[in-house]
Amino acid sequence: MADPLPKNKTELDARFTELYRAHLRDVYSYSYYRVGNHHDAEDLTEQTFLQAYRHFERALRESDGRPLRPWLIRIAHNLAANFYRDRARKPESAIEDAGVIPSPHTTESLVEGREELKAILAGVAQLPDDRREALIMRFALGMDNREIARALGRTDGATKVLLHRAIRQLEGIVAQPERDEASR
Amino acid sequence: MTAGTADFEALLREALAPVDPPADLAQRLELTLVNLTELAQDELESWELRSMRDPRNWVRPAAAAVVGATAGTALVVLRVRGRHRGRQQQSGNLIELGQRTLQDFAEEARRVLPDR
Repeated sequence: MADPLPKNKTELDARFTELYRAHLRDVYSYSYYRVGNHHDAEDLTEQTFLQAYRHFERALRESDGRPLRPWLIRIAHNLAANFYRDRARKPESAIEDAGVIPSPHTTESLVEGREELKAILAGVAQLPDDRREALIMRFALGMDNREIARALGRTDGATKVLLHRAIRQLEGIVAQPERDEASR
Repeated sequence: MTAGTADFEALLREALAPVDPPADLAQRLELTLVNLTELAQDELESWELRSMRDPRNWVRPAAAAVVGATAGTALVVLRVRGRHRGRQQQSGNLIELGQRTLQDFAEEARRVLPDR
């Protein structure tokens, strides 16, 4: 059952603090993979939470008890779009030198697969915006189809198709250099 | 799902590993949110005390309390508070200072909260 709406400002702030602590990493991860560097990702994360705080009460009322993570990611998504529009620039590389981010659970296998992972990240950067975003939400944030659909303002079905096509296209991009190599 | 697809998705999951925010970002953001909340509350409390002495000002604190529920308002408060010393120097007495403060609030609110 959904938590009741906050009765006063103190309760509202407490609820926002819960939301912030639960999803800071999600918003930061999304921002990082969107803008491609830590400096701008910090700015974007900060702006996302300030904007979210401003509209939190209404979001709680309108969410009808559903999780607010898609709403937060949608704010980050809109701010990222403004970020590029305002500064009239695109990321120089999608992700800082297409380098692999050290995972919090780094393993030996991750180190062994590093070149392959770099190729995947470079491939992600070549995808159309909506496909790239869907993959970030699914794989970096672990969002399910329904959450991604809400964040992107699409239907569940359309989101499923979007993800499927994104993965297929990415597989093709990553496999291309291997095919080129083999044909030489 | 084929084995190849599952392998590829596993690689994708590794490549797009979640990124931990820098520790100082978490601290800075938390501090900003706490400050916004507290400053808005402090300013409203002292403002209400002054204004409530004069019934003609009762409508304004009420409106401020409604608007005061958001961080946008806290930004207004921050900026208006930043100009407090200047208003004090320009004002001959407390009433004038109060009027200048209210006017400053209204102008700043129009700038910061255009959608309200």
